[in-house]
Amino acid sequence: MSIAWHRLLSSIEATEAGLQTAGYIASRPISTALYLAHHLRKPILVEGPAGVGKTELAKAAASWLGLPLIRMQCYEGLDESKALYEWKYGKQLLYTQILKDRLGSVLGEEPGLDAAMRRLHGVSDLFFSEEFLEPRPLLRALREPGGAVLLIDEVDKADQEFEAFLLELLSDYQVSIPEIGTVRADVPPVVLLTSNSMRDLGDALKRRCLHLHIGLPDARLEARIIASRVPDAAEDLRRQLVAFVQQLRMLDLKKLPSVSETIDWARVLVLLHAPQLDHVMVRETLNVLLKFESDIEAVTPQIADLLLKAKREAVPIR
Amino acid sequence: MEGPLLDFFRAARSAGLRISPAESIDATRAAQVVGLGDRARLKDTLSLVLAKTVEEKRAFAEVFDLFFRRGDFSPAPPVEEAARQPAPEAQASGQGEGGGGGGGQIARMLLSGDQAELAAAVEEAAQEAGLSNIALFTQVNLFTRRILERMGLQALEREIAANPEAERTGRLRQGRDRLRDQVRDFVEQNLALFARGETEAFRERMLQQTRLSAIDRRDHERMRVLVRAMARRLATQYGRNRKRDRRGVLDVRRTLRRNMGWEGIPFHTVWKQERIEKPKLVVLCDVSGSVAAMAQFLLLFLYSLNEALSGLRSFAFSGNLVEVSDILERHPIEAAIPEVMARAGFGSSNYGMALADFEREHMRLLDSHTTVIILGDGRGNRTDPRVDILTRMADRSKQLVWLNPEVRTLWGTGDSDMLRYAPHCRVTAVCNTLQHLERVIGALLRDGG
Repeated sequence: MSIAWHRLLSSIEATEAGLQTAGYIASRPISTALYLAHHLRKPILVEGPAGVGKTELAKAAASWLGLPLIRMQCYEGLDESKALYEWKYGKQLLYTQILKDRLGSVLGEEPGLDAAMRRLHGVSDLFFSEEFLEPRPLLRALREPGGAVLLIDEVDKADQEFEAFLLELLSDYQVSIPEIGTVRADVPPVVLLTSNSMRDLGDALKRRCLHLHIGLPDARLEARIIASRVPDAAEDLRRQLVAFVQQLRMLDLKKLPSVSETIDWARVLVLLHAPQLDHVMVRETLNVLLKFESDIEAVTPQIADLLLKAKREAVPIR
Repeated sequence: MEGPLLDFFRAARSAGLRISPAESIDATRAAQVVGLGDRARLKDTLSLVLAKTVEEKRAFAEVFDLFFRRGDFSPAPPVEEAARQPAPEAQASGQGEGGGGGGGQIARMLLSGDQAELAAAVEEAAQEAGLSNIALFTQVNLFTRRILERMGLQALEREIAANPEAERTGRLRQGRDRLRDQVRDFVEQNLALFARGETEAFRERMLQQTRLSAIDRRDHERMRVLVRAMARRLATQYGRNRKRDRRGVLDVRRTLRRNMGWEGIPFHTVWKQERIEKPKLVVLCDVSGSVAAMAQFLLLFLYSLNEALSGLRSFAFSGNLVEVSDILERHPIEAAIPEVMARAGFGSSNYGMALADFEREHMRLLDSHTTVIILGDGRGNRTDPRVDILTRMADRSKQLVWLNPEVRTLWGTGDSDMLRYAPHCRVTAVCNTLQHLERVIGALLRDGG
C-alpha cells in the first residue's frame, strides 16, 4: 500500500514532531499511542479529565496527516440509524409517488397477480440501493478512499448496547448492513474514542483498544503547550501563569482547571495586555479558570499567597 | 524474546492486571514494533496495551519497574572484592579444575567474582527449577535449595569438606554463603513479583465467604475496600439505565409524533417504556452485640451505593431507635460507624420498643415507593414484638425486606420472634456474608426496589 500519510508515521519521534507542527504538544505516551495505533491497526481509547486535549489530539492528527476528520458525538439514545446509515425515506416515498403511473403501466400489462408480484420483485431492490442510503459518520469513515481520522467522542455517554455495536467496527474495520452486505474499509481509518469516565466502559471494548490516559500536564509541558497555542504571551507572563495554575491544582477544588482553561486564561491576559500577573488582574479573571462559585470564593482570599509562590517557582522552559 | 515477555505477563497478572491471551498477543506485537532496546519506550508501549484504567496503569508501572530491576542482580561489594584479589584468581582456577565435578564451575565463578556470569547461572537454574510458579512465601526455602542444587552446590560442599584447611577453601566458603543469600533474595523478589496476586485473590475470596461477624478486626480495612468495589459495580450497573422497553406494547402517541414527516406512515415504531425507579430505602439496623458487625457492613454498602439510590434514611437501634442518616452523610464512613455504634449500639435489643419509636416519629417516611429493609436477628429478649406495627409498616410501604444473619433453622428458636415477623415481609433472607449482601441488594436494584 502506498498511501502518503502512512509514511509520515515512520517512527515515534516523527509522530511527536508531526503533531507539533499541527500545534499539538504531545507527551511521549501520546505519540507512542498514535504510532502504535497505526502499526497495530488498533483504535485508541483516550481517557482523562475534561479539557486536557483528548478531542484536540484527533484534530491535530487529522490536520497533520492531511486526512478528513469525521466526528461522531455520542449521547444517550444514539443508535445505528444515526451512527451508521439510514434510508432516505422521504426520497423513497417521493420516487414511488413519481413512478406510480409508470409502475402501474408496467405492472398492468402482466396477466395475473402472481406475474405482477414477480415483476415487482425484480424492481423492489431499486429502493434499497446505494442511491437511497444516507451514510452516517461511521460508514463515511469506512468509505473514505484515502483513509480518515474517525473521532468517536464521549463514548461513555452512549448506551451499553451501542458500545456492543461498535465492536465489529473497531476490531475488523467493517460493518454489516443487512440490505447491502458487509462494508469493509479499503484503508483503515485512524480511530480515536474519548471518554470522561462517566461510567466504566465494557471490557470487550477496552480489550480492542489501546488505552491512553492523558492526565493534567506538569509545569514544563504546560508551558510548552501555552507557548505553542498562545504565542503572543510574553515569556514572563507564561511562566507565571503556568506556575499559578499548577498551584491551583494542588488545592481542594470542585473542578480543577485543566489545560483548556489555562489556554483561555492566557488568551484573556494577552487581550488585556498584562505584562505579568498581578493581584487585581487575577481576581478579576479568575472566573476563566474556575467554573464554580464556591471554588472562586475559596481561592479569592488566597490569591496573594498563590501569586507569591507562583512567581518564586516559575520554571524556565526547557 | 517471548520468554521474558511471557514471564512479565504472568508477573503483571499476579499484580492484579487482567491480561487476556489476546492482549498478550497484542503486547508481543507491539513490543516487536517498537523494539526492546529502549526501556522507557517499552514501558509506554506495554502500558498502552495492557493497562486499561488509571489504577491499572499505576499497578503496571510498579510491576514493570520491579520486574526489570530484577535483572540488576549483582550487588556492588563483591565486585570490589574481586577487583582486590586479582592475583590468586588465576592460581585458584587452575586448582579448581583439579577439584573436578560440577563444583568446579561454580567454584571458579565464585572465586573469579564474575557477577554477571553468576547472575546468568542463577537465572538459568531458576528457570529449570520453575521459579515463576512460586505461589506462597513458605516455598522460599524450597526454591532456594533447588536453585543452589542445580548450580552444583553439592559438589562445592564436597570440595570444601575435602580440604578444610586450604586458604582457597576459606574463600570458597565465603563465596558460598554470599551466593546463598543472593539466591534467597532473588527468590524473594520473584515471590513478590509472581505470587502477590495469588495470595491477595485467595484472601479476598475467603473474606467474601466468611461470616461477617467472624471477620478479624485487622481485615476490616480490606473488607471496606471490597465492599466499596462491590457497591461500585452494582452502582454502575444500575445507576444509569433506568428505562426498559416493553416490547410489543406500541406507544401510539409517540409513534405518530415521530412519523409526522412521512405522513404518519409508521416507519419508526416507538414502544412503551417502563421506568425503573431508583429505590427509596428506609433501613432499620439492629446494632446490638450479635448483629453489629453485619450492620456495619450493610450501612457501608448502602452508603457506597448512593448514586444508584434516590433517597436513603437509616436508623439504628438496640433499645431506642436513633436516626443515623446525618452522621453517615456528614462524616467519612470510617469515623461515622463507630459514632453510630456509640449512640445506639451494644445494648440488649428490644424490637417492640424500636418499632414503636419508628411508628411515633417516622411513619410518614413510608409511602408506596419506599422499600423498608430491616436487619436483625429478631431476638427481642422476650419483650413484646409488636407485630401489629410491622403489619402497618408493610401496608404503608412498597415492600418490606428482612435480612437475618442467622441460618433459617434457628429462626423461631429460643427468644426469636422471626417466624412471627416473617409473614409480613415480602422477602426474608439469610444474610451473613458479603456475597449474600451483594445478592440481596443487587436483586433490589434490578427490580427498582
